[in-house]
Amino acid sequence: MFKQLADPARRSFSVFIDGAEVSARDGETVAAVILRAPPHIARHTPVKETPRAPFCLMGVCFDCLATVDGETSVQTCLVEVQPGMKIERPVGKLRITL
Amino acid sequence: MNSRHDILIVGAGPAGMAAAIELRRLGFAPLVVDEQSAPGGQIWRDVERPRPDALRNALGPDYAAGAEVAGQFRASGVDYRPGTRMWHIEPGLRVFLSQAGKAFVAEPKALLLATGAQERPAPIPGWTLPGVLTVGAAQILMKGSGQIPERPVWIAGSGPLPILYMRQLVAAGGQVAGYLDTTPRGAALRALPHLRSALRGWADLRKGLAWMRALKAGGLHIEKHVTDLVATGTERLEALSYRTADGKAHRVEAEVLLLHEGVVPSIHGTLSVDCAHVWDEAQAALRPALDDWGMTSVEGLYVAGDGAGIAGVRAALARGRLAAQGIAARLGREAGAAEVAGARAELRAASASRGFLDAVFPAPGSSVEIPDDTIVCRCEELTAGEIRAAARIHRGGPNQVKAVTRCGMGPCQGRQCGYTVNRILASAYGQSQADVGFFRIRPPLKPVTLQELAALDEGREAP
Ligand code: FES
Repeated sequence: MFKQLADPARRSFSVFIDGAEVSARDGETVAAVILRAPPHIARHTPVKETPRAPFCLMGVCFDCLATVDGETSVQTCLVEVQPGMKIERPVGKLRITL
Repeated sequence: MNSRHDILIVGAGPAGMAAAIELRRLGFAPLVVDEQSAPGGQIWRDVERPRPDALRNALGPDYAAGAEVAGQFRASGVDYRPGTRMWHIEPGLRVFLSQAGKAFVAEPKALLLATGAQERPAPIPGWTLPGVLTVGAAQILMKGSGQIPERPVWIAGSGPLPILYMRQLVAAGGQVAGYLDTTPRGAALRALPHLRSALRGWADLRKGLAWMRALKAGGLHIEKHVTDLVATGTERLEALSYRTADGKAHRVEAEVLLLHEGVVPSIHGTLSVDCAHVWDEAQAALRPALDDWGMTSVEGLYVAGDGAGIAGVRAALARGRLAAQGIAARLGREAGAAEVAGARAELRAASASRGFLDAVFPAPGSSVEIPDDTIVCRCEELTAGEIRAAARIHRGGPNQVKAVTRCGMGPCQGRQCGYTVNRILASAYGQSQADVGFFRIRPPLKPVTLQELAALDEGREAP
């Protein structure tokens, strides 16, 4: 869906999405990495369990919620990716409480 | 770790940075918090990063110019805390923030919200499918990650941003499958009365026209006055259909579709403390009512930047300076007449072309019908049909509709459905959008966890 432009100055490293190794680069957000890794989704919705992917990338849609290093419902478009991060895509009835 | 600063600035985009720089110059020590990990806001997102020449050139000089402001911001020595979210404001100015999983409280004498804008939700059937994003999102991916759509991308909507993004994308080696311009017929004509004022902002307008010419010369497929846009697919976007000005229906395969229908001020903060707001007819959006310095109807609470009404980056810088000068005066230190006059003149000049832009790219009004099967509330997955049904039965405003349907109660707090509900109710009741109004906004402004709240106990009681 998305591809990276060459940028040799950036360090790249591995992170894990649902256990699968994915390459990431310095300074990008977790949501950006999710958009390069098939099936390119962040989660399934708690209401009707439909797949969702990061949509706004600026913190106002909450479609990028995923589990990051054990923390649930993280807005992944606001989190900078770190080497070795473990990202999981929640499915179903995990509700976000306000 | 509660903050003892007299001045709190929320947002480190152009307005927040300009205010911080000015306040430092005037001898104050504000605290600046921002959700992102680096200064710049959305417009100058990740602007400090060194980039390969090709990407820097593709993003263009207006973007690169942000590096200088970010440099001054850093050099000002201001106390800046990135990765910090504001989730609640109490009158009397207690502000609840959260950084690295820990909540803390600030009790400033003056609070400046420089939280900018968001893209106006552009609901079409299928807009929740993976593969559909906003144009702003794609631009953020390019700035922050050096990332562009893998294959030719479809872009649909209206406004200056799609034109800018297409130019940047093509310059970076990306491809546009087609631009489906949804600007209604006749908008250009209606914009003519604004042209005289806009000519003072001629440089900006000429830039936009030049980009469009270059894109067309490069063979851009563009359709004008497109309607009935629908995204389809089961697990992800597979195709789109639309109707062109000649009435013909089209269907094309698509992997990525980018939507954009302009930007609106971010108003959740000011709505949550019941600041007075006005409905901006030309921008079809609410903005806080402000005095000459950017102060809201709540004493000590200021707004600068696009959150004060969409006006662009130059105006945001000027408004940031003015708010800083107003805050300084409030705290007993005058900024100097020449500095104030300079900021005001700059704001006037920067706003010259706005009326024209608003008229050329009008927001979709309540007369444009949103199909019943379109999801309006992305969080609770409610459709336009369900909102209309609730309106028919209850005849209530946005808050009643929210109470009976849960529309706007999800984590985004109505940021993706508020204006759509407004449009649907306005057309259902034959009222103006100004009269229908917006959801009442309740804390928290952003979801906050119990663990985060626990940190508050160290200093004071939780709210
Ligand atoms: S992608 Fe919209 S909040 Fe993260």
